Amino acid sequence: MLTLQVNGTAHQVDVPDDMPLLWVLRDVLGLPGTKFGCGIGQCGACTVHVDGKAVRACSLPASLVGQRPVTTIEGLAEDEVAAEVTKAWLEIDVVQCGYCQPGQIMAAIALLKSNLHPSDDEIDQAMSGNICRCGTYRRIRAAIRNVAGAV
Amino acid sequence: MAMTTIAVSRRRALAGAGGLLMAVVLPRARSRAATVTRIVEDQTGPFAPNAFVRIAPDGSITLILPNVEMGQGIYTGEAMLIAEELDVGLEQIQIEAAPADEAYVTKALGTEATGGSTSTIATWKSLREAGAVARTLLIRAAADRWVVEPASCQSEAGVVRHVPTGRTLTYGELAVEAAALPVPSGPVALRAPSTFRLIGHAQHRLDGPAKVNGTATFGIDIQQPGMKIGTVAACPVMGGVLLHVDDRAARQVPGVREVLTIGNAVCVVGDHYWAARKGLEALAITWDEGVNATVSTGTVYRQLHEALQGPAIVANTKGDARMAIRGAATRVEAVYQQPLLAHAPMEPINCTVHVTPERCDVWVGTQVPMRARDSAAEVTGLPKEKVFLHNQYIGGGFGRRLEHEYVTQAVQFARQVSYPLKVIWSREEDLTMDRYRPAYVDHLVGGLDAHGKLVGLSHRIVGPAVVARWAPEALLPNGVDDDLLVGTVETPYAIPAMFLDYARRETPGVVTAWWRGVGGTRGVFVIESFIDELAASAKVDPVAFRRRMTGDRPRARAVLDLAAEKAEWGTTLPEGVGRGVALQYVFGSYLATVMEVEMSTMGTVRVRRAVVAVDCGRVVNPDQVVSQIEGGLIFGLSAALFNEVTLENGRVREKNFNTYRVLRMNESPAIEVHLIDSTEDPGGIGETGTAAAAAALANAMAAATGRRYRRLPLTGPQA
Repeated sequence: MLTLQVNGTAHQVDVPDDMPLLWVLRDVLGLPGTKFGCGIGQCGACTVHVDGKAVRACSLPASLVGQRPVTTIEGLAEDEVAAEVTKAWLEIDVVQCGYCQPGQIMAAIALLKSNLHPSDDEIDQAMSGNICRCGTYRRIRAAIRNVAGAV
Repeated sequence: MAMTTIAVSRRRALAGAGGLLMAVVLPRARSRAATVTRIVEDQTGPFAPNAFVRIAPDGSITLILPNVEMGQGIYTGEAMLIAEELDVGLEQIQIEAAPADEAYVTKALGTEATGGSTSTIATWKSLREAGAVARTLLIRAAADRWVVEPASCQSEAGVVRHVPTGRTLTYGELAVEAAALPVPSGPVALRAPSTFRLIGHAQHRLDGPAKVNGTATFGIDIQQPGMKIGTVAACPVMGGVLLHVDDRAARQVPGVREVLTIGNAVCVVGDHYWAARKGLEALAITWDEGVNATVSTGTVYRQLHEALQGPAIVANTKGDARMAIRGAATRVEAVYQQPLLAHAPMEPINCTVHVTPERCDVWVGTQVPMRARDSAAEVTGLPKEKVFLHNQYIGGGFGRRLEHEYVTQAVQFARQVSYPLKVIWSREEDLTMDRYRPAYVDHLVGGLDAHGKLVGLSHRIVGPAVVARWAPEALLPNGVDDDLLVGTVETPYAIPAMFLDYARRETPGVVTAWWRGVGGTRGVFVIESFIDELAASAKVDPVAFRRRMTGDRPRARAVLDLAAEKAEWGTTLPEGVGRGVALQYVFGSYLATVMEVEMSTMGTVRVRRAVVAVDCGRVVNPDQVVSQIEGGLIFGLSAALFNEVTLENGRVREKNFNTYRVLRMNESPAIEVHLIDSTEDPGGIGETGTAAAAAALANAMAAATGRRYRRLPLTGPQA
């Protein structure tokens, strides 16, 4: 039995040791906002925050999370930077199919929390692990710049 | 579409829509605070004059949108078309995905389908009419109640007002009376475009809020009581069958519940995906791989190149191209090769099915709802009206979900169990069991006169006829797939003499399918690459060469001039940097694209900038047109630079994003899109950017290096 701190709540889960955090979130805790894309940490669709850092939930066994707090797209309600990011995303109409966007948004929030005024290179570095097949990259970059300008 | 037709089919539409439907309740216009996704029961007895509008006495206004949302912004665009004429604000409506029903058939595609950049073209008039009919009836109901002339009443923002007295009634208050009125049988007057409130004015996407806060439900997110999750291994060689499966180890994996088999695949079912996945890995499966077990990429290309000689079907003639080329001052010749391509949308293939003796429910994101429903009916033996297809947001379609074989497969597994079964393919299964964009080889010969003018063009296409499988009735009587004429016969140019023939060669070992841009993507690459080669041979600037061929196409010339101007065509570039242009008329829209690339001595290619000028006729939601061009280009650039599906021993070798590389943010260019004001009817837009990408890029690379690039992908070993 594991105890996971997810979005501010402690959850007891009975799952195999090697079960990635992604599937615990989606199939055990009923938090489907975090997406499955590749299963090998190549696409970023499963990005969540563990202890404030962007991690790939598809490749992180839940048993290794320990007591570190996990935040998913569903757990952003009270967060100021998240509110700014969401606002910028909507203002610019970033999304198309939207499937990768929870991961993109989690990656962008993690970036902005560690570096409120990232350069274009720093944006590229933080965001290039997140694939978007609809090709919304230009708008993602613009939205991040807008947040940096607004805060 | 005649209004009477809509009125009749509406009843079937509503019958088919029984059960739970998802509705998105939208926030106030442009405020983004309070979006709620809720499930509503289909309401009985509301005002529903056609298959697209439903107004209930409680005031709720539901728009049923005939095309599925897979990123292209169609829910927003189609809602705008209805709302414009219905006189409601986008903040007053809820939207629903259309059920599987004849009322939503796209005529151009022969079934209820979203594809081929047809949605806006098909619904531009019909959805405005649907809104106008509803508004007309609501006004008449109010006029009857007040015993006044309808002409003395006006509608605005969901309310009918009697102008002389200022009395008002909401649409909800009028719903019952409006429902009792006969639907007008003749045409209804539509708003003059100069009075549009919504159409042509940028509106935020209706699906934006749910997609940024994580509440948007994609097919893969479906939860049903008692549901279990399965994952599948199909025979890795197409056409092979299952001989034997040893599932003893799999059944020992904690959380594994069942191991199900069908003729060519095994599904391990578990409490969660991880158990299913681990169980699948623990299976020992023996396949009979069948006749395709020796197919390789080499087999595919060899048979295509061989068919450049020998018989072919004449697909198009204009004048005597061969004679013109024989008499030409210069003869130019080239062979182009394009690879098999996977769709690789971000959301892996999935489908949730619950089969009971009485009914079958299917939750899936599909571009072909009726085909998916009919397939479920066939597998279960249930009548079609007992199959309920719940269409979901699609996490990237690109043509993949114009297929429905994964629905068939999921139903074949789900009928073996009593609970709802969600089947999720791994990324590896998704990529290796895709249905692929075909490989093609094209041979072109052009003749230039002494002034460097193109006098004749002869062209052979070799490749599969996708339409022969997907819609056999649409194969032309002479055996030509008319998708191959897109971008090749229909061009932005006046070409005096043309000859096109087609040697059909079906690809062994894979099923070939539609892929974003369809014929346009393959045709524009070939034609626009060759036009560049002709210009080079004629020693004429590529823009100038194209410009003088656009004689009878002012819209083509306008986009070409605009793109060239905005891209600073002709200005000096540093060493190793080149600009390429592509001009196209596909999906009813004109595009000119100027791409700028930097080639390093190491052979790396960096796409620096893309400038696109677009004339797609009247624009419904301008910023979404821009978005589609941006995204379409990125999608096309990924393929043009990197992508090729290869086969070895009948198996697809590219299994995940580490071997099927797609463009990332750090590799994506600056993109500028310029729209031309137009009063023409709308053209399609969702696939045009993809169609432009490879040609503009190859031409830019040629400009940078001085050599031609005739094989895709452009950074592959074959280029």
